[in-house]
This record gives sequence, structure tokens and C-alpha cells, in this order.
Amino acid sequence: MDGSIKTTEIMKSGAEALLRALKDQGVDVIFGYPGGAVLPIYDAIFQQNAIRHILVRHEQAAVHAAEGYARSTGKVGVVLVTSGPGATNAVTGLVDALMDSIPIVCLTGQVPTHLIGNDAFQEADTTGITRQATKHNYLVKRSEDLSRVVHEAFHVAKTGRPGPVLIDLPKDILINPAPYAEPNNLPHRSYRPRTTPDARKVAEAVALMKRAERPIVYSGGGVINAGPEAAKLLMEFVRLTGFPCTSTLMGLGAYPASDPQFLGMLGMHGTYEANMVMHGCDVMLNMGARFDDRVTGRLNAFSPGSKKIHVDIDPSSLNKSVMVDVGIVGDATETLRALIAAWNADTQTQDREALAKWWQQIDVWRSKNSLRFTQNRDPGSIIKPQYAIERLYKATRGQAKDTYVTTEVGQHQMWAAQHFKFDKPNRWMTSGGLGTMGYGLPAAMGVQVAHPDALVIDIAGEASILMNIQEMGTLAQYRLPVKIFILNNQYMGMVRQWQELLHGNRYSESYSEALPDFVKLAESFHAVGLRAEKIEDLDKVIAEMLAVDRPVIADICVDQKENVFPMIPSGAAHNEMLLGPEHKANAGGYNGGSVTDEGLVLV
Amino acid sequence: MVEQNLAFRSATISVLVENESGVLARVIGLFSGRGYNIDSLTVAPVERDRSKSRITIVTSGTEMVIEQIKAQLGRLVPVYRVQDLSKEGPHLARELALIKVVGIGDARQEALRLADAFRARVIDASTESFIFELTGATDKLDAFLDLMRPLGLAEVSRTGVAAIARGKATIE
Ligand SMILES: Cc1cc2nc3c(=O)[nH]c(=O)nc-3n(C[C@H](O)[C@H](O)[C@H](O)COP(=O)(O)OP(=O)(O)OC[C@H]3O[C@@H](n4cnc5c(N)ncnc54)[C@H](O)[C@@H]3O)c2cc1C
Ligand SMILES: Cc1ncc(C[n+]2csc(CCOP(=O)(O)OP(=O)(O)O)c2C)c(N)n1
Ligand SMILES: [Mg+2]
Repeated sequence: MDGSIKTTEIMKSGAEALLRALKDQGVDVIFGYPGGAVLPIYDAIFQQNAIRHILVRHEQAAVHAAEGYARSTGKVGVVLVTSGPGATNAVTGLVDALMDSIPIVCLTGQVPTHLIGNDAFQEADTTGITRQATKHNYLVKRSEDLSRVVHEAFHVAKTGRPGPVLIDLPKDILINPAPYAEPNNLPHRSYRPRTTPDARKVAEAVALMKRAERPIVYSGGGVINAGPEAAKLLMEFVRLTGFPCTSTLMGLGAYPASDPQFLGMLGMHGTYEANMVMHGCDVMLNMGARFDDRVTGRLNAFSPGSKKIHVDIDPSSLNKSVMVDVGIVGDATETLRALIAAWNADTQTQDREALAKWWQQIDVWRSKNSLRFTQNRDPGSIIKPQYAIERLYKATRGQAKDTYVTTEVGQHQMWAAQHFKFDKPNRWMTSGGLGTMGYGLPAAMGVQVAHPDALVIDIAGEASILMNIQEMGTLAQYRLPVKIFILNNQYMGMVRQWQELLHGNRYSESYSEALPDFVKLAESFHAVGLRAEKIEDLDKVIAEMLAVDRPVIADICVDQKENVFPMIPSGAAHNEMLLGPEHKANAGGYNGGSVTDEGLVLV
Repeated sequence: MVEQNLAFRSATISVLVENESGVLARVIGLFSGRGYNIDSLTVAPVERDRSKSRITIVTSGTEMVIEQIKAQLGRLVPVYRVQDLSKEGPHLARELALIKVVGIGDARQEALRLADAFRARVIDASTESFIFELTGATDKLDAFLDLMRPLGLAEVSRTGVAAIARGKATIE
């Protein structure tokens, strides 16, 4: 993407040049909200049919919708908002996309160039505010830069480590005529992410893995980012080697959850077996994960005896928090392909006997059944949240549609990760890095727009859902039959859990007081409202929810006291996991029922 | 487990960037946002057509932090090249200072004598003041300023460090 593109034609307005550029980038939908500074773009949208505009009810939701769209299709999600408040409302979404490596192009209106810096009406220093909230951002000051910048923005958003890119568009640039240049495929002047792994490093990694006695593959969101081919190759590699495989929250679905070589999610709320394997392994292959603190626990106790291989497309991910023995900069698809080839070419034989012993050990850990919970089946019994997810999962398996799940943030998110099993990539959308309450409903909206015939469910908490509840209006307007499955525990459950475990049961401000009647709320937004209060209601409500072809809010009243287990408290090591309420008092990292001081300062 | 080297070191890093608005803010924002130290930072266009600028940053941290700083800089879209001069071979680093010393009598004489010894140039003089121009490595400037302090040091303006690798190899 070079400055030296040939101008092909002069467009009547910058807005038209912009839409032409979007069309040439393959954009079919924009999530947006109008305002003074972007009226020229809305006028151009009105006069064309190639690109569909989805009118959201809040700019934050536009970004999350674009994230859902992007994560479920592998394409770039596009957002359009006005200057000032439109742009500032979008900031949370941008940071969310930045943390989770989601490709987004966000177009913001700006006051005309001659007014910039004058505190003009609805002026905000958008590029200043979003500099640290985006992978890159642009302010277009000259009409002749416009189409080049748009093409470049798409290139930057989707290549290398994907992320949000913002283009600030002053109104005069949108109104004045602008030359249009088609995308070219010249390399960017300075930005050239590396995707091909170093062959020597690949050979080193294979040599380590061939000698491994207690190996693990720790896969992450990078495998999803790399695309479905990477997921296939991951499966091939794990099969070929016989290694166990675990995944981060962001990587779920890349490796089929129903496969016996899969150990479930690892980390703070991961399975016992996944975390024990991470702690005890001798060779670890990190494929597209970033050693997040939710995964490593206390760093100086993290997998102390292992040789670590780390594959990541972003050189800054290597040795950021965990020093590794073999760091490979490369795309997951290309690197997995190279690893498979090198594994087959390497003449050294594997110690299959040691591996078999390792699997025996794993089976012992597995037999703890760390995700177990007790559901009283007597009629009138209160519903356990885990059970609700389990039943939901079972019900979705029995129907023909492809199923996509988004979540809000909190306990329900963790139970969804633990009990809803994903066998394919791009089916699971959650806010992992930023942990943004209010993500799930708009994200589900974006997924449903991309996959009109699919079943799209937002697994929600009663507190989170209120953070972008206005999007019920968008669902109604576009007849998007998203299902909102609220695990209503009447608490900010995740906050309540930490208060119970770390702050002496002082439930400060975590009770969900004065909740709306979600059934009536659904109805007022032209959706269907359902409620399950007792165990005998649950399957009926789920069946009804799946049967109707309209948006639904299912208010599932669940046990208010339930906590998410297993749990590695902040500042503890993998082998100091709490398996259930009975463990509270004497687990490692805890002393006499309260967490250590070092642990307490962590989030 | 790979053991971490926890010793602090100073690093002089050259960054060749696209000369566009906001690029300095990106670099500075990266340092403040991630809590890295900036001991010195200089920037100026270096191409004839002013299309590229060179930023020289002097920073300090553990080996892991310095490697991370380099990787983070390399990630910025308008960055062409990041060079760790302290690591990639011998290099030269120079700074320029303009130093105002105010005084009369013996102190004034002594200041002038020391300036001569340090090869500082007198670029302005009045009956009660001198302005010296001094170029050199940071520690030489520091040493000179220490000497001037009791002799009427009144004001200092320093450019920060400019640095370049020795020999024929270039940053590009
Ligand atoms: C309440 C709550 C609890 C949580 N608990 C857990 C938990 O128990 N366990 C857990 O795992 N997470 C948990 N998380 C999520 C956690 O915060 C992180 O978001 C998550 O662990 C990061 O996943 P990841 O390491 O796969 O990295 P991602 O954030 O998905 O990053 C992907 C990595 O892959 C790289 N990459 C991108 N594209 C490619 C490519 N093409 N090829 C190769 N590499 C690429 C990127 O550079 C990046 O380093 C929780 C979040 C919340 C909100
Ligand atoms: C925007 C935002 N504000 C605050 C938080 C902190 N937080 C994390 S989980 C949580 C409670 C979520 O409650 P709910 O949606 O009911 O889910 P539950 O944990 O009960 O399943 C809060 C307040 C957050 N993650 N995001
Ligand atoms: Mg709740």
C-alpha cells in the first residue's frame, strides 16, 4: 500500500469515494449511528445499495456488533459514528477489540479541517483519544489521501496481529470532491508483519517436542485469528503427536471440545487436568496464546519445569511475561504446517511409553471431574446455573442450525466456557482481555447479521445485559432472532464471589437491586419474554426459546449462591487450585481463609 | 524455566519512523502507557525530502523490558526500523548543551578556564555572564554542569542524545 497509486477517477464527494473504497474492500455491512459530522456519508449510503447499514442504539454497541461480525466471519467489521460523543462512545469497543485482536475499521466524523483545534461543536481530539485504543489511527487532512488511507486501514486491521483501526474524517473532506484510487497490493512502506516462521526455530521446536515425556499444546485466540485452516492443522498436529491439548478462553472451538485429547480450558477457571498438566509438563507448545495473567497465575510458579515453545505473529508477545526457550514469530497456519512437515521429516522417534504414562496421569486428574456440580432434580428445585448451560447445550445439539454463542462478562461467562462445548472455530464470541460487560448482546447482533439463518445465543447475566439493553430495539428493527439467555442470580455474581472469597462476605454494592421484569421488557421491545423459576420449567423454556423465530429473552432464575469452580485465586499457582466451596479455607495462596497480601492487589 | 536477568541496563535505541503527525505521540504514549523510562528523547527529520524522522531514545530497564520496548516500538505502523545501539556494536552518542553561567570576579575566571579545558565554546558573553556551548557524551556534559554549579550556573538547555553506529553499516 504505497502513496504512489494511480488516480483512476474523481468522485463527486469524499463520502462517495469512501463508500467506493469500502465496496472495493468487500464490505457488505456497516454498523453505525448518524450525526452532523457524518451526514455526507449517510447521504451517500442512502443513494446506493451495495452496502447495508445497521442502525444501532449506542455507538459502543456498533463496535461490539462489528466485533461479533468479524469474529464469526474472519472478515473486517466496519463501524461508522459521528464526531465528539459518537467517537467517545465507541472507545470502549475499540479497546475491547484491541485487547482481543479483532479486526475493525472504525470511521469517525470530525469537524471540518479549518475548525480542528477550536473547540468546535462536537469536536473531540479523536485521534488523540484513541491512539492507545487502536492498532493504528488516521486523520485524513487531504482529499487525495482518502482512498489510500481507507485501503491501508483495512490492510493494517486484518494483517499481522489483527486489531481496530480508526479513520477520522473531517466534514469538508467528506463533502469536497476526492480522487479515487483502487486498492493496490504493493507492500506498505513501513508496516510489514512477518508470517513465515524461521525454519531453524521450527526444527529446534520439533527436536524438543520429539523428546518430550510430558508434553502439552496450549492453544489460544491466535489460532482463531489465523482462520479455520489453522484449526484443522492444529487438530492434525495434535493427532500426529498424540499430545494433550488445552485452550484459553479466546481459543475455544479451535480444537474440538468433544475430542478425547482435549483437556478443556486452562487458567483461573480452567479444568483441574488442564492446569495440572500445565504445571507438570516438560515441554509446552504455546500456539497463538499470550501467557495472560488469567492463565499463568503466579508467574514465578508457572510451569516451573518445562521447556517452552511460543508461536505468535506479534514479536512483542514473545518473552513479554514468560521467558521462553524457543520463540517463533509466525502465523499459526504457516507455523503449524511447518511444524507438521518438520515433525514428519525428523528421524528421531518419540518416547511413546513416556507419553502413555503421562496420559495415565492425566486420566487420574481428569477423574476428579472438576466441573462437577450438584443439581437437585426434585420438582420445585432451584436451577443451578451450570445445569442451565448444560441443558441449553444439549438442546442446541438436537437442532439443525449452526450455533453461535456470545456472552456478557461474569460468572455466566465462565460457566458458558466450561459447559458449552465448541467443536468449531468462530462459534464463540466473548470479551476476554478487557472483560466488557455489555459486549454480548451487540456482538450477538453482529453475528446474526452475518449469519441470518444461524442460531445465535447471548449467554448473559442480569447485570451485564442492562449495559447495552437498548439494542433490543435494533433486534426488533432488523428482525434479528437473537436469543438472550440470562442466568439471573440477582447479583453481580463474579463480584459477589470475590467478595465472599477475599473480602469476608461483605457484599458491598453487588446486589442487583430493582431489576426490571425481563419478560415485560422483552415484550415492550417486540420480543418474546420467557421465564424459568424452577427446574421443571427449564427444558420447556429452552425448547420454546429455540422454537420461536423472533428475538427472545429467557430469564432463567438460578441459584444466587453458586460460585465458579475450579478457581485459581489471583497470585496463586496452578497446583494451588480451589476445587469447590469445601476447599476455601486451606488452599495455597490463602492463609486462614483470606488471600495473601500479594494476591489481594491483583485483579 | 528460563531464568530472567534482573540487572538494569541503559539502552540507546534509534528508531527510524515515517515523518507524519502523531508519530512522536505514539512513541511517547507507548512509553508512558506501559510504564517505561525515558531518560532522553530526540527527534528530527533526516531525509532530504523530510519523509523520515529519526528518534533516539535513551532508556533503562531489565534485559526483558528493553527487549519488550524494542518489540513494542517495532509494532507501531509508521516505524521502519528499531536499532539497539547499545547492543548491536560500538556506537557514538553525543549531546549538545547551552549553559548560562552568571557571575563576576574569580568565579567568572574559573568558569572560563574550565570551559576551555572542556572545549566548551563561548557563544555569548556579557560583563556578568557567559553562554557556553558544549557537545559531548552525556556524562561529559553532566561533569561540566557539576563544575559550573558553584560558579554561577543559571540555566541549561540540552538537546538530548543523538547517536549512531560506528563503521559503515547503517540503520536501513
Ligand atoms: C471474568 C474473566 C475470567 C477469565 N478467566 C479466564 C480463564 O480462566 N482462562 C483463560 O484462558 N482466560 C480467561 N479469561 C480471558 C483472559 O483474560 C484472556 O483474554 C485470555 O486468556 C487470552 O487468550 P489468549 O492467550 O488466547 O490470547 P488472545 O487475546 O486471543 O491473543 C491472541 C494471541 O495470538 C496472537 N496471534 C494473533 N493472530 C495470530 C496468528 N495469525 N498466528 C499466530 N498468532 C496470532 C496475538 O498476537 C496474541 O498474542 C477471563 C476473562 C474474564 C473476563
Ligand atoms: C463495564 C464493566 N464494568 C464492571 C465490570 C466488573 N465486573 C465483572 S463481572 C461483574 C458482574 C457481572 O454481573 P452479571 O452480569 O449479573 O453476571 P454474573 O457474574 O452474575 O453471572 C462486574 C461488575 C466489568 N467487567 N465491566
Ligand atoms: Mg448476575
